[in-house]
Amino acid sequence: MSSGYFRHSVKLALVLAAFALVGTSLLALTYDATKGIIAASEKRAKLALIAQILPPELYDNDIISDAVSLPPQAELGTSEATLTYRALKDGKPSGAVLEAVAPDGYAGKIKMLIAIRANGEISGVRVVSHKETPGLGDYIDIAKSNWIKIFDGTSLEKYPSNEWKVKKDGGRFDSVAGATITPRAMVKAVHKALIYFSANREKIFSLQAKEQAK
Amino acid sequence: MSTVNYKEIVWNGLWKNNAGIVALLGLCPLLAVSTSVVNGVGLGIATIMVMTCSNAIVSLVRQWVPGEIRIPVYILIIAVLVTVIDLAMNAYVQALYLVLGIFVPLIVVNCNVLGRAEAFASKNPVFPAMVDGFMVGLGLTLILAVLGGMREILGKGTLLSGIDLAFGASAKAWVITVIPDYHGFLLAILPPGAFIGLGLLIAGKNWLDQRQRAKPQPLHVPEASAMTA
Repeated sequence: MSSGYFRHSVKLALVLAAFALVGTSLLALTYDATKGIIAASEKRAKLALIAQILPPELYDNDIISDAVSLPPQAELGTSEATLTYRALKDGKPSGAVLEAVAPDGYAGKIKMLIAIRANGEISGVRVVSHKETPGLGDYIDIAKSNWIKIFDGTSLEKYPSNEWKVKKDGGRFDSVAGATITPRAMVKAVHKALIYFSANREKIFSLQAKEQAK
Repeated sequence: MSTVNYKEIVWNGLWKNNAGIVALLGLCPLLAVSTSVVNGVGLGIATIMVMTCSNAIVSLVRQWVPGEIRIPVYILIIAVLVTVIDLAMNAYVQALYLVLGIFVPLIVVNCNVLGRAEAFASKNPVFPAMVDGFMVGLGLTLILAVLGGMREILGKGTLLSGIDLAFGASAKAWVITVIPDYHGFLLAILPPGAFIGLGLLIAGKNWLDQRQRAKPQPLHVPEASAMTA
């Protein structure tokens, strides 16, 4: 009787193992077959996002592969290593795309990509992810409104430090009435990222030599 | 179960045993995603695909699956299937993946799929199982579309917003502004709106069913009540 139970259990275990084996192999095969195509299309999507904020004629290098990992930076609001993409034209630095985080959004962190030209002027900003209130604070998202384009062309030279605020606080930047916390956080984060870039420009572009030597 | 009654499968899936408002299975993705018509139908289509395939596979292997381990096997099948569909869509139909992609992984946690595998596909031949999966998915899609529509009109004053993600930028013209100059009603977009809306839909269905039952059918009444009891 007990050997009958044992045999039955072994049979069940074997059937389950067989299904697991077939399932896992199917997964492995599919993963292998689609890996290359997915990586290529992810790269295309990333390029398309970068192309929105950094004009393609500004660089001629493989910007996606030419990225360095920056350790967490208080100035960028980042708490983990982020990628910085460097744009080169004829071998000379022409700009960079930084990942930055505004930690004080209305509903937590706002992650963004900030493209800065070599002369310190902002080429474009895009919000990558946020949890701001739908229909209220989410106008920072390009899919909802063009608000984010107010950063285009701004720089530390153009606006002095005390003007890097929303208009309500006596600064330069528009905001929607009733939803000022979100843009306040954004303006602060972009300002800090610009300061960081101007202080670390040399470092960001010299890291690249190391990468290429590899 | 030798003869399969397709009419009953369709009726069960779409109305009598509707996954969204009668069985109340898979509420987590349903409530989270039904903020607009486009989102709702997107999740619906992804569910239809997965349920049709998973029911077919479960039905195909049903004589090799011992009763004691059927649930782990079904979960394994569904998880593998969803992942394979997710990867294949991402690789071969990228445009569709960008729209439906975020919904596909949500389906793994949709107990509808497991529920139909257990309740129907494991006891029926392949073709009826596929029809059942498709119809239950379609029933869920209808509810998602209606709930998404209700929340979108109330919350944003539009219909079909986001359709340009599915059909390209030219489709932006299809967005219908139902209430012009509307400032939005946040409650409808946030999760409580989903619960309230779903509650209204369930009440509406019960009301329709009750009215149907109350219609004078003197000869059949005792039989019908015996059936439902």
